[in-house]
Amino acid sequence: MDKESREKILEVEEVGMVFGGLMALINIHFNAKEGMVKAIIGPNGAGKTTLFNIITGTFSPTEGVVRFRGKPIQKLKAHEIAELGISRTFQTIELFGNMTVLENVMVGCHTRTRSSFIASGLRLPHYKHKEEQIRAKAMEILEFVGLAEKFSESADSLPLGGRKMLEIGRALATEPTLLCLDEPAAGLNETETEKASSLINAIKEKGITVLLVEHDMKVVMNISDEIMALNYGEKIAEGLSEEIQNNPKVIEAYLGSSEEDRA
Amino acid sequence: MPMEKITFANQLLQYLITGLTVGSTYAMVAIGFNIIYNVTEIINLAQGEFVMLGGLVMVFLHVAAGLPIVLAFPLTVIIVTLVGMLLDRLAIRPIRQPSVLTLIIATIAASIIIKGIAMFIWGKDPFDLPAFSGRHPIHFLGAVIQPQYFWIIGFLIVIVIFLTLFFEKTIIGKAMSACADNPGAASLVGINVKRMILLSFALSAAIGAVAGITITPISLMEYDRGAMLAIKGFGAVVLGGLGSFPGAILGGLILGTIESFGAGLIHSGYKDAFALIVLLGALFLRPSGLLGSIEVSKFKRF
Amino acid sequence: MLRIRKLPIIIFALFIIVFPRVSRLIPAIQNYPDLMIFAGIYSLITIGLSLLMGYAGQISLGQAAFYGIGAYVSAILTATYGLNPWFCMVIGMIVAAIVAVLVGVPSLKLKGHYLAMATLAFGIIVFIIFNEEVEWTGGPDGMSGIPGLSLFGFAFDSVEKYYYLVWFFVFSVFVFTINVIQSRTGRALRAIHSSEAASSAMGINVSRFKVVVFVYSAILASLAGSLYAYYLNFINPSTFDLFFSIKLLIMIALGGMHDIWGAIIGAFLITFLSFEWLHFFEEFEVIVYGVILLLVIIFLPQGMVGIPKILKGLFNKKVSNG
Repeated sequence: MDKESREKILEVEEVGMVFGGLMALINIHFNAKEGMVKAIIGPNGAGKTTLFNIITGTFSPTEGVVRFRGKPIQKLKAHEIAELGISRTFQTIELFGNMTVLENVMVGCHTRTRSSFIASGLRLPHYKHKEEQIRAKAMEILEFVGLAEKFSESADSLPLGGRKMLEIGRALATEPTLLCLDEPAAGLNETETEKASSLINAIKEKGITVLLVEHDMKVVMNISDEIMALNYGEKIAEGLSEEIQNNPKVIEAYLGSSEEDRA
Repeated sequence: MPMEKITFANQLLQYLITGLTVGSTYAMVAIGFNIIYNVTEIINLAQGEFVMLGGLVMVFLHVAAGLPIVLAFPLTVIIVTLVGMLLDRLAIRPIRQPSVLTLIIATIAASIIIKGIAMFIWGKDPFDLPAFSGRHPIHFLGAVIQPQYFWIIGFLIVIVIFLTLFFEKTIIGKAMSACADNPGAASLVGINVKRMILLSFALSAAIGAVAGITITPISLMEYDRGAMLAIKGFGAVVLGGLGSFPGAILGGLILGTIESFGAGLIHSGYKDAFALIVLLGALFLRPSGLLGSIEVSKFKRF
Repeated sequence: MLRIRKLPIIIFALFIIVFPRVSRLIPAIQNYPDLMIFAGIYSLITIGLSLLMGYAGQISLGQAAFYGIGAYVSAILTATYGLNPWFCMVIGMIVAAIVAVLVGVPSLKLKGHYLAMATLAFGIIVFIIFNEEVEWTGGPDGMSGIPGLSLFGFAFDSVEKYYYLVWFFVFSVFVFTINVIQSRTGRALRAIHSSEAASSAMGINVSRFKVVVFVYSAILASLAGSLYAYYLNFINPSTFDLFFSIKLLIMIALGGMHDIWGAIIGAFLITFLSFEWLHFFEEFEVIVYGVILLLVIIFLPQGMVGIPKILKGLFNKKVSNG
């Protein structure tokens, strides 16, 4: 399937976000096509995480529409959006520290399983069977992200790299169509960064669309198909990786200087 | 017929005046909450006990021991201030891993200890204080004003002026404001954060004591008044916006007025319930308060 | 404390079953089964509160209100309208559930101090209603003439019979609650306690869960209230005041907030302190409670259930040093 005929999984139309007088996002317009990795870059404060928060339902935009597979989702709550098939990781890593590695991923399976309070209390017969299924699926995911041996350790005890992988694994457990990764390579060393990059590629191979906020330009260049650059809440460039790399506006936004100073 | 009309309007005016007076007490409690919150982000659920102690200690010093008001008043404030400092030292500071829940529990524990000790010392009966300038009522537009009301509102104004000058002009006051904004940076600059916390408790206790001393001549004081005062004071805090100094005053006055009108017009048995319903309403509908703003909730300056 | 083992439960059940026989033989503790009824009634409330506070991480300082609603609904419907007590107990639980939804939905959107104060205010408002609506509740003088419970002609009219009834309920609720904790529902609750943002992102409807647990705790408190009313055959508002809500808090804190056993341990300890051991202090037991709460929160924040772990830690230290 060539790139042009792919379904637009995510369409962000003229989205704006105002926080008490501060315009965090202005007229953001872009889309992400099925199975592609799209990176969002920009200096700190450009509005990248705000955009993520809007797409994943943490809050609603003050203007504009966000469509997921054609359906408007900007007014939905976070858990409803998760059920529709958008999942995410967090810049600050929000793991469930009070649980084991395996349990963290098992929570991710929550959307796809019906479980009522009363049924849990009464331990109805099909409960155990379901639980086995969830456990098996969670272990599969841990294998996929390379954390299978650590399944019974406390999530907090993992090093940074492991925690990032676990968060991605947990997000994958929700069986997302669109996965939003917020700075997956932040704070990682070279080896860990490579692991993260190949994991994202593996995810892409599964057909999952990936939206990625990232500062590490090497990672961005390596794995993304398209890049969008933000600065001061506005989109300043969008296109294929090579184009963006040499885009003067992008360079200026990051370095605050013109091309001459760079040379 | 015109006579009845005037009487009803007079009644409303009476409720308003009572409401503003009681509201001033709530405002003082609310200010006490805000001082501690602004420096520590702790809500001191024992705040009401300072008011109770203010009243009862004053009763002891002035009525039982016979000290003149001019002496008993400051002495009472000092004693209650010491209690406030003890609270910080014994109940707050020792907590190793402070969290919202542990601090709530600690302040609740402190409040019932203080209440229990008060019951031990003073018993369960309510006590009265002579009004500072007599009880000869002043008639105004058909309503009756007790001279004590002026003392209460007067002290509120004095406290407001004092605190404004304190936090903006004095070095210690500015240091406390710095702690409110950024305790990490404050300690880097050499401010002893622990001491500032102690000071915030001391200041809150002192203000609470003043509230208690001034309100007792009107509504008496007994050992278990603290809880309702604290809750209503908190209602004023939420209504006005947590951490906001003018909000505390506005919230207190509005709350007192609503309570007064509610008790007068509808049902006096439910008097306490009115303030609580206002509190719930504020929490459910506009938790950031009338003068607060949802995003700017980190900006809590005096 | 997730691996909740079955053995302690069985041992405890055996203890409960055998205890009245034993206490009959020892004069000094002959009145203990009566106390154990109260311990059981309080346990029903604390189990629900433990799930709410320890696992879902929410604060409620107004549980006395639900306790009172169960008691008063049962009392009013049986004494005034002559309805079947069991039926009234269920009605009480339904009323408590409805009130819990009405109060819980807006309150549980709040956090920390705001949530605590909202539940506190709610509890006091209900208390005021109990006192003021004299026509329904008898006001401060209370209501008497509440019938006892009987089933198919078998009347629970002795302390021992009522003891077994109450503890049957406690064990049923205890096992049910443990099942919930160890299930994926329990996992979702712990997730919510840890990070609401991440839980939502994983598809967990955080507000719904919080309300469900709050309603559960309200239903249990109501059940406890009904059992209390049918036992004493008399109730008055002072039982359901703010101080009782605080006492519940002390039970949870003393027993241990993050372990369901803590609920039962705390209920036991405070019941015995309250009825037996603190008699010396009379009304000033309030001070003792305050001091206990303060000491627990400073020195033993994990509660009594945390003691074995602390001892193990000390023991391991000694072993490695020695």
